[in-house]
Amino acid sequence: MASVKLNFEIPSKLKTWSLALIAIGVLAIVAGFLTKGRGTEAQQAEFIGTLMYNTIFWTLVCNAAMFFVCVTTLAMGGWQVSFKRIPEAISTLVPVFGSITLAILLFVVFTDKHHIYHWLDSAAVAKDEVLKGKSGFLNVRFFAIWSILAVGLWSLLGWRMRQLSNEADVEAMTKEVGASFILRNTVRASMFLVWFALTVGSTIPWLWLMSIDAHWYSTMYSWYTFASSFVSGMSLIALWVVYMKNKGYLEYTTEEQLHDIGKFMFAFSIFWTYLWFSQFMLIWYSNQPEETIYFKNRFQGEYRGIFFLNLIINFVCPILILMKRGAKRNYSLITFMAVLIIFGHWVDFYQMVMGSVRPESSSLGWLDFGVLCFFVGVMIHFVAKALASKPLISKYHPFLKESIIHHT
Amino acid sequence: MAKKKFVVASFDDEDVLFPAVKKARTAGYKIQDVYTPFAVHGLDHALGMRETSLHTAGFIYGITGTTTALSCITWIFTKDWPLDIGGKPHFALPAWIPIIFELTVLFAAVGMVLTFCYLCQLAPFVKKHHFHPRATDDLFVMVIECNDKTNVDDLVGFMKGTGAVEVDVQVAEEGWWLGRYDKDEVLFEHKTVAA
Repeated sequence: MASVKLNFEIPSKLKTWSLALIAIGVLAIVAGFLTKGRGTEAQQAEFIGTLMYNTIFWTLVCNAAMFFVCVTTLAMGGWQVSFKRIPEAISTLVPVFGSITLAILLFVVFTDKHHIYHWLDSAAVAKDEVLKGKSGFLNVRFFAIWSILAVGLWSLLGWRMRQLSNEADVEAMTKEVGASFILRNTVRASMFLVWFALTVGSTIPWLWLMSIDAHWYSTMYSWYTFASSFVSGMSLIALWVVYMKNKGYLEYTTEEQLHDIGKFMFAFSIFWTYLWFSQFMLIWYSNQPEETIYFKNRFQGEYRGIFFLNLIINFVCPILILMKRGAKRNYSLITFMAVLIIFGHWVDFYQMVMGSVRPESSSLGWLDFGVLCFFVGVMIHFVAKALASKPLISKYHPFLKESIIHHT
Repeated sequence: MAKKKFVVASFDDEDVLFPAVKKARTAGYKIQDVYTPFAVHGLDHALGMRETSLHTAGFIYGITGTTTALSCITWIFTKDWPLDIGGKPHFALPAWIPIIFELTVLFAAVGMVLTFCYLCQLAPFVKKHHFHPRATDDLFVMVIECNDKTNVDDLVGFMKGTGAVEVDVQVAEEGWWLGRYDKDEVLFEHKTVAA
């Protein structure tokens, strides 16, 4: 225990990089606002759409980190305890990115940007039987309240989990104290997960993303979005674990833990593909115009390249590269795959939003990468800050030993 | 049918077994195998066994299944008997993916089960010598192979020293054979030397 480094000092290089990325991002956003944000309605929609898919993607990815903490807690997992502070630190970003998301989405619905959400156009809805039928769900009031509730409760319930985690830093626990600590963890984790199921697992992707194509629907959509964000979340955790190991922290985390994180990345890449394919194949097979319209832009239109790129990055690469045991225990390969998977699912979110908002052009341009820089910079900055604010290992956690001796 | 001499040491505790395995290996004895009532975590590492190639075999079986399904359906639907089904193209790849997937799984699963049985020398009508019936119940049975130079008495004493509850010497068929237990095992019983 004596040799374990508990306090993370943020390297100045990391700080510089994160601030530089944020600066590039802010510049890109300002430039985007000046060139597109004040232009025609289509240009505005493009600008807002770019911000939207980035912020929604990063909110859901960071929220997936808390999902990981809660799921492993509920499953009485012990292996993740040695690096548990990393997903916890990533989840501190939910309020940050959540507020950005809320600001953009509420701006969209309250200023009536029906170029993005067609159901905001009340004149069109009045003439449209399908949208009239959906108006109980797709209306401004419900959208606003449910979105605020979602982000608020993710932040609050996640914060409660992190608060409870602090107790494991104070002093050694007796058996009774430890048991009650685990029980309270379980209760708080289940509260988060129930809310997670009601939001990320169902309604939030419908509201935020699927309603861009107001007439279209898919029952796979929420799970598809969730799988996308969870596999990226696991990749993000893997990246931070590798980074911290490289800096000489997290002594108790070995390639055994990395192997299990790699298994999650592998398995959920396959799960994502399963949902992607099921959604595509059923629509392709039944061939009904009101359903195929979603894939018309993507499969046959401008987005054909992105459509297949998506499948190659997010399915073919993980299944072939991560299949072997050695690959999941190799720090360089895991780092490479994690970056690739996060990029791949960012592209996935790109085509989910922009494929409908701007079907006529599919080029990923400076604005997309600029906004991505902003979010990556903010993510690095705040995660590093959160890691530095707490001991890196919850050294009195009852399951810590299980994590140290873990082997797969 | 190559018969060999084995020293069979039985342990009733995992915590005794692990140090015993280590001691026997450092002393240079060749452990044929350790038979346990359940899967013991880390025992393969302690025995210094190499990583199994079963999953590589599984991958190859899977790929074979994929290829079989894809080429078979493609040939049938595009060359042999093209049918117009719901206006879909003859080469209707998305519709075939489930079948290709199923055949991949089927080939991989069946192939791996058969390979696993072969590696463990299990098959219908095939017999294999059991070193200790309680290996399926509550004893961890370590089997050490003897050669011409092995001093059996020394080895028996050595194994007792590592904490074995039972040690005996058996001359037994090493591999599998086609035949009957009642006939063949009688032979072994005569040759079994009590320690």
